[in-house]
Amino acid sequence: MEKIRIIARLDVKGPNVIKGVNLEALRVVGKPEKMAEDYYRQGADELIYIDIVASLYGRQNLLNIVNLTSDKIFIPFTVGGGVRTLDDISLFLKAGADKVAINTAITKNPDLITKASRMFGSQCIVASIEAKKAPENKWEAYTENGREKTGLDVVKWAKKVEKLGAGEILLTSIDKEGTKKGFDIELIKQVSEAVSVPLIVCGGAGNAGHIVECIESGNIDAVAVSSILHYGTSTIGEIKNHLAKSGISVRKNAKL
Amino acid sequence: MQNYEIPDVSIIDYGINNLKSVNIAFQSIGRTAKIIDAPEDVQSAKCLVLPGIGAFHSAMENLRKKSLTEPIRQKVKDGTPILGICLGMQLLFSESEEFGLHKGLGLVPGRVIPFKSPKEINIKGYKVPHIGWSELIFQKNSVKNTLLENLPEQCEVYFVHSYFPKADDAGTVLATAKYGGQEFCAIVKKGNITGTQFHPEKSGEIGLSMLRTFCNQNCR
Repeated sequence: MEKIRIIARLDVKGPNVIKGVNLEALRVVGKPEKMAEDYYRQGADELIYIDIVASLYGRQNLLNIVNLTSDKIFIPFTVGGGVRTLDDISLFLKAGADKVAINTAITKNPDLITKASRMFGSQCIVASIEAKKAPENKWEAYTENGREKTGLDVVKWAKKVEKLGAGEILLTSIDKEGTKKGFDIELIKQVSEAVSVPLIVCGGAGNAGHIVECIESGNIDAVAVSSILHYGTSTIGEIKNHLAKSGISVRKNAKL
Repeated sequence: MQNYEIPDVSIIDYGINNLKSVNIAFQSIGRTAKIIDAPEDVQSAKCLVLPGIGAFHSAMENLRKKSLTEPIRQKVKDGTPILGICLGMQLLFSESEEFGLHKGLGLVPGRVIPFKSPKEINIKGYKVPHIGWSELIFQKNSVKNTLLENLPEQCEVYFVHSYFPKADDAGTVLATAKYGGQEFCAIVKKGNITGTQFHPEKSGEIGLSMLRTFCNQNCR
């Protein structure tokens, strides 16, 4: 098995990192550049920034954060929230981001995935999918942090974004997000069986045991965590130690 | 001539997006770095860095359009140190199979070849591109005067690639890594030429340590 990447996810609103439950009831938990540096030191394999209200504050807010972060963080990081055009992608990459995550814009204009992966390389185009449970063992894709329905079936949509050229998929369970009650295992199973691009799963990690359960349930490549870190339940190092003890291969944080 | 304006490292820009990380990584270890794209800046450089992301043939085409291929070749043949990163490392080789056979800078004999497709390899979780952290396997008894000086025995570094170089002379392979049961060249070293298939600027403290070592050995 390849090493599972443990990714620290920071949802930002204005100048702050926030955290909610089911992508709602948001509260401020800290400053992005400071928290990012802390998680980098703890041994995070990557970082993800999602600006949850990019449309209100404009992209400049996120660009400022990316600029501040890329001075101090020497691991890959992904930026999402308000990425709508090829020019937006270019701006974020030039500011130091390695990948961009796109949700709303590709549900409205799927062709953007193809154009973007041709122009920048598929390795930096992450399709972000917010999944909410629907009847009959199905999930519907949402946008705008779980506020807007798209009518798209998550498993079919995941296959489609792969076909269109997305290099990775970030799959967030709206039902589990922020609950700290464990992942939506059935969702992860179905999506991981449907796609062959790297899959990052997110939503529900309350302890390291949940992460182990999630990794063992499907063919996934990375787990994005936030509450568990933000509220100090575990550090990245503690999570990785637990994973390693469970026989899961992870990168060790190098001490030089 | 006093060339105090020449930075420690000159990073070659041939129209790729993410040069900032490489630039900042060098600055964070206390080196002066500058992004350059003119043949005369290549000629006056103390130390060259060839970064890269994207497709091999378009990168070569962009280098040609900017009239950079010959100055880089000449400069390196004259002994100037160069560090190729990711696609920039692949460009140092003779040729690549990506989107048809294309000629590279030809500074290191060898060919860039693809990972086997997931259909050919029956390993759970095997996907192409290879994105993630892999351990380096040192190939030399001595790491003296190489990037590997001062590193712990277990080093994990960050890769993003679908192709990798196969060097004609195994003696030029300083370290390998394994992915999907395939062992490939992760660091090439031939005299003043060094190349890393991974991204040292994105490989945390291990990566920064390698850049520091490269500068200490090469930018005097």
